[in-house]
Amino acid sequence: MGETTLNGFGAKAARKSGLRGVVEDWSSDQRAFKSASWGKAMMWIFLLSDTFVFGCFLLAYMTARMSTTEPWPDANEVFALHIGGANIPLILIAIMTFVLISSSGTMAMAVNYAYRRNRNVTVALLLVTAALGATFVGMQAFEWTKLITEGVRPWGNPWGAAQFGSSFFMITGFHGTHVTFGVIFLLIVARKVWRGDYDRGTPGFFTSRRGDYEHVEIMGLYWHFVDLVWVFIFAFFYLW
Amino acid sequence: MSAPATHPHGASPAPVAPSEEGQHHPIRLYLIVWFWLFVLSACSYLVDYLQFEGYLRWGLILLFMILKAGLIVAVFMHMVWERLALVYAILLPPIAVLIFVAIMAVEADYTALTRMASFVTGG
Repeated sequence: MGETTLNGFGAKAARKSGLRGVVEDWSSDQRAFKSASWGKAMMWIFLLSDTFVFGCFLLAYMTARMSTTEPWPDANEVFALHIGGANIPLILIAIMTFVLISSSGTMAMAVNYAYRRNRNVTVALLLVTAALGATFVGMQAFEWTKLITEGVRPWGNPWGAAQFGSSFFMITGFHGTHVTFGVIFLLIVARKVWRGDYDRGTPGFFTSRRGDYEHVEIMGLYWHFVDLVWVFIFAFFYLW
Repeated sequence: MSAPATHPHGASPAPVAPSEEGQHHPIRLYLIVWFWLFVLSACSYLVDYLQFEGYLRWGLILLFMILKAGLIVAVFMHMVWERLALVYAILLPPIAVLIFVAIMAVEADYTALTRMASFVTGG
């Protein structure tokens, strides 16, 4: 802590921690988020607003499911796949879950290698993350196709409460859209890392500020959030 | 991955290492978290596969869900290394969603009750 450097970073007095630190940060008449750059803080605030969006979808689903007098379709049977002569419950959803978690793992490692300035590994890991994300969306398209051919519609389905279809298409559709945009942004960031934009400080997208490897971490925040939302959808929609 | 002999502690061979930029954590940490996310996902799938019912089922689903979400936010999204000013700003507002959930649970219960009453009597 006590070392001094040319840019003076080490020379500052240590900031207070705990609740006193929160009060001092917020009342400092400066930026409140001392440990996060604006880019990172703004991504977190965007993710907070997205939390409210998905939170409202899930609680609308809860309200519909609790208040309907029709039986709720059994996700166990609806999402079962017929493989090798036996019905395996929820198997596609389980595979999708593992694919998305794996993509989160490769994303976390991509951020790590980006800060180590290892461009080749970073690009490779970003592309693997994008590929896993695209796989997820592909499996979701398969799942939608299967359900639609079985007669699930936003206004009804063969097994019970009509709200099942509307909740399903709304929640998984919105989540799938998030994954799709994530894949697109992953490819953009991967291209920028590959070209060495963040070594030269070329401006990032949507901004004229100098880009740096923190962009990879901010991209990672979005991607992990997509995985995080799936954790809740998996628990409440598919398992409950 | 193996560092040159002149850098026994894995220090960057670059002449100037930026001291205050970014998050530097060992890859091992991410692999451990990744492993636990796999285990927890397998556990929540087993809750369904083994056909647990009632409070045991709901409790286990919520437990595994919270553990997974916590690991992702804390380690993958680096929340444990941020200052509390940011942590509180992001993690406290979603409590409002939980209050909303409580309100709507009461409301949905009431709606179900009135529906049952009026559908039975042909309302």
